[in-house]
Amino acid sequence: MSDPPGGKDVSFEERLRAARSRQGLEGTQPAKGRSDPFAGSPWAIGLRVGVELVAALMVGVAIGWLLDRWLGTRPVFLGIFVLLGGAAGIRNVWRLFAP
Amino acid sequence: MAAPPTIDALSQFRLATSLGPIGASVNFTNSNLIMVATAAAILALLHFGMRPRAMIPGRLQALAELCYSFIADMCLDTIGPEGRRYFPFVFTLFFFILFGNLLGLFPYFFAFTSHIAVTAALALLVFVLSIFVAVTHHGMRFFTYFFPQGAPVALAPVLVPIEILSFLSRPVSLSIRLFANIVAGHVMWEVFAGFMLILTAALGIAGGAASILPLAINVALVGFELLVAFLQAYVFAILTCLYLHDAVHLH
Repeated sequence: MSDPPGGKDVSFEERLRAARSRQGLEGTQPAKGRSDPFAGSPWAIGLRVGVELVAALMVGVAIGWLLDRWLGTRPVFLGIFVLLGGAAGIRNVWRLFAP
Repeated sequence: MAAPPTIDALSQFRLATSLGPIGASVNFTNSNLIMVATAAAILALLHFGMRPRAMIPGRLQALAELCYSFIADMCLDTIGPEGRRYFPFVFTLFFFILFGNLLGLFPYFFAFTSHIAVTAALALLVFVLSIFVAVTHHGMRFFTYFFPQGAPVALAPVLVPIEILSFLSRPVSLSIRLFANIVAGHVMWEVFAGFMLILTAALGIAGGAASILPLAINVALVGFELLVAFLQAYVFAILTCLYLHDAVHLH
């Protein structure tokens, strides 16, 4: 059987730590940052923006409708959460294109 | 003459039990069958691809290594050095969706990513994992994610609900994007193919000759669908990486 690099007297913990830092698991170098997943054709960008807007609006409508059904206050919460959902959709789109 | 052909675009997404009486007794659907085939195809690619362990890879080994390094680079570039921990998850997710999309393009195969139940389950898995990672990394500080840094505190009652809704919309947009793209592609195929049958039935020989136009569109759609199959799997995987990046680093 061949000896591991570093000899037999090096403890398992130290070899484990060395291997982990070599693999970058305990590295401290910062992330390169977000790569841009939305580079693409104008069609693709438009479709993704639309999906983001609609998805946030759907969540807002769902929450507002369920709150109203629970509390029997239709249409108070539905109105509030439609507005909030629309704003959240804009926030999603902003997050896509913000630097 | 039989009933005139019509365009029946949605019956291709209908679930049916497969594997005869055994499958029927446990509700093993055609969707499940393709999922198993997808998993088997991925395992076969990796197993047989990496078996030679050659220094200079052959074609199959080069493909398997390319798959590995593609996802490994995506994880490292997007999440950072911590991305290595999530590599197995992203790899599994990407190739399950990619092979599912690609197998779904074959005639008589079922595209299981065309069912929102499947894509929503995958998206919820990503969503729950990203919350779990954020809470284990940051504990209760995770909740500061819902208040943008540097905003005036007076605006918190408006900003916090918006941020929470924006956060909750992630699994929705993730699942709808994949499901809608796959459904749209398969419906377009069916519509143009049905158009060919209608033309031929209505105009005879002339209609048969004219149906070369929808056929040409379908040929172009095959190429387009191959692109969409890859692109949607890629978008799903990279958004998973982005969400994990947010979970690890907050802000």
